[in-house]
Amino acid sequence: MMQPVSPSVAGAPLLRVENLVVEYPVGNKIVHAVSSVSLEIARGETLGLVGESGCGKSTLGRAVLQLRRPVSGKVLFDGHDLTAMQGDTLRRMRRRVQLIFQDPIASLNPRRRIGDIIAEPLVISGVRDPKEREQLVHDVLGAVGLDPELVMGRLPHEFSGGQCQRICIARALVLSPEFIICDEPVSALDVSIRAQILNLLEEMKTRYGLTLLFIAHDLAVVKAVSDRVAVMYLGRLCEVGPSEQLFAQPAHPYTALLIEAIPVPDPDVRPAESVAVGEPPSPIAPPSGCRFRTRCPRADQRCSDEMPELREVAPEQFAACHHPLIGAGQASNNGESRSI
Amino acid sequence: MTEPALLSVEGVSVDLPTPRGNLRAVDQVDLSIGAGRTLGIVGESGCGKTMLSRAILQLLPKKAKLSGRVMFDGQDLVHLEPERLRKLRGRSLAVVFQDPMTSLNPVLTIGTQLIETLQEHLELDGQAARMRSVELLAAVGIPAPEQRLMQYPHQLSGGMRQRVAIAIALSCEPKLLIADEPTTALDVTIQAQILDLLAREQRRRHMAMIIITHDLGVVAGRTDEVAVMYAGRVVERAPTPDLFKKMHMPYTEALLAAIPKIDARPHTPLPAISGRPPDPTRPTTGCSFAPRCRYAWAQCHGEKPRLEEAGSPGHQFACFRPINTAAGVPA
Repeated sequence: MMQPVSPSVAGAPLLRVENLVVEYPVGNKIVHAVSSVSLEIARGETLGLVGESGCGKSTLGRAVLQLRRPVSGKVLFDGHDLTAMQGDTLRRMRRRVQLIFQDPIASLNPRRRIGDIIAEPLVISGVRDPKEREQLVHDVLGAVGLDPELVMGRLPHEFSGGQCQRICIARALVLSPEFIICDEPVSALDVSIRAQILNLLEEMKTRYGLTLLFIAHDLAVVKAVSDRVAVMYLGRLCEVGPSEQLFAQPAHPYTALLIEAIPVPDPDVRPAESVAVGEPPSPIAPPSGCRFRTRCPRADQRCSDEMPELREVAPEQFAACHHPLIGAGQASNNGESRSI
Repeated sequence: MTEPALLSVEGVSVDLPTPRGNLRAVDQVDLSIGAGRTLGIVGESGCGKTMLSRAILQLLPKKAKLSGRVMFDGQDLVHLEPERLRKLRGRSLAVVFQDPMTSLNPVLTIGTQLIETLQEHLELDGQAARMRSVELLAAVGIPAPEQRLMQYPHQLSGGMRQRVAIAIALSCEPKLLIADEPTTALDVTIQAQILDLLAREQRRRHMAMIIITHDLGVVAGRTDEVAVMYAGRVVERAPTPDLFKKMHMPYTEALLAAIPKIDARPHTPLPAISGRPPDPTRPTTGCSFAPRCRYAWAQCHGEKPRLEEAGSPGHQFACFRPINTAAGVPA
């Protein structure tokens, strides 16, 4: 049996995704949203997941939580396979995993008071004593920088986007989860508020000993909070590696393209005239072989014939490319993966 | 600047009645832009940048009250008859909005929308307008332009739709193009392509352009001059290199510092701006940034600083405690 090459982490990972496949039917066609993705996240680590819209990064996040059931593959959380769980067993497991969404205002019920919104997960998970619930809500609101006395009795519309995101973070934290999936948590926020929320997430991570999957399309934001970064394109992982290394020395041409495209707030950096890289193809009919080949300056015949597997191109850095930008072009190697 | 400005905005204010009282969206703004130049207007949501662009285009909501003058190409747009204004808009004054799905008509083909514009403003016949449309679509980087003419907006991707919107805006060779957050709805790789396209067409046509954005990164390498807005006012305005290297307004400094930098180490705490922008229905007596400003002192809370030129030519700022100046606070 062919052993999938996947970037592994030291020790037992908190989350292990194996060959995950998620597909959506659209009419009589199929959207290949996530195609055979494998990754690991160590306890206490932040893994950033980047890619353009439609690349499957949010679907991957939802499939980890089984909000979208995968077609095949496994999601092992702390050694338990979530894909095999149902009903109460799954619900109990989900307490340990929480989700924060992009639009903080839309993710709060406009008719309920903040105190009740944050207490809801406690009610569901069986904390029966109202006094105890109130104390927990009180504590968590204080932790995210809101004044519980002023906030608990009010409704979501009385708060700004940044404050609503603090409330969403409080709701995610109230069950003391181990793992939080943040799906574009700051994309809807203004620059000055974005920095506050990113700092808060970092602070909460340390304070509650969290492990994070941080999904975003903004590479600079991802780099600011992530230990490692995974780059996704059209349902597949292109590259995974330690943040600083990946940004200093991208191996996959797509990673390099993304980094080059970031507008730099410095007038001396003349924006490089972007090469005609076109747009991503449809995930309904992804290109054969390497899915990035239609936009890749290095693509050749091999890229359309043969799908590149992730392999190690530098210590702890993995890329799925026949012609990586680093690794001395050892494209013809079978590229054995080394587990670290 | 000695040459007469193509557009000059003089003491423009926009007031909107709301259930909570009068909302001053734009407060006494003066701006100008010369032919062929690029001006960036930067600010966060609610700072009034979009209302300002709508005031320039005379596309304000009906109940909004506009005061001041908007001089474009020798005419005061505020007092122009509707018919002449309509001829001007789309012809020498064009606009590209943030969301191409809402600015394009969903039930008309791309071709109909382009050809209509050309026939209306340039009085071309059908055949000539059609040929011109194909040229325009090719110029904005749309593959197979003849086929695209027959397609509807929903059949195109977001990036392609924005290219079509740009093609329509450019179709009558405008003297000024206002691009209001033209790339905010797009992915980063598409954003770079669209910004390059705008810059290329601008150079080729010697067109003036105003780029309105919340992203300082978008204006950095692509504008001649930048105006920073906060709470309805222009708080700093300078030639682009000056603004980034020798900003005088603490808000500009804080805004730039709050952007995550690609070359920073992971887990570096970001210098966030505490608090949030003021409520525009509750006017403040002092500087509107004072409650969030780390340099503010008593005067800042009691008196509104005027936008004035000081230091280098063309560099204006509204601050009692400017940074990077001999007299001000050492940054």
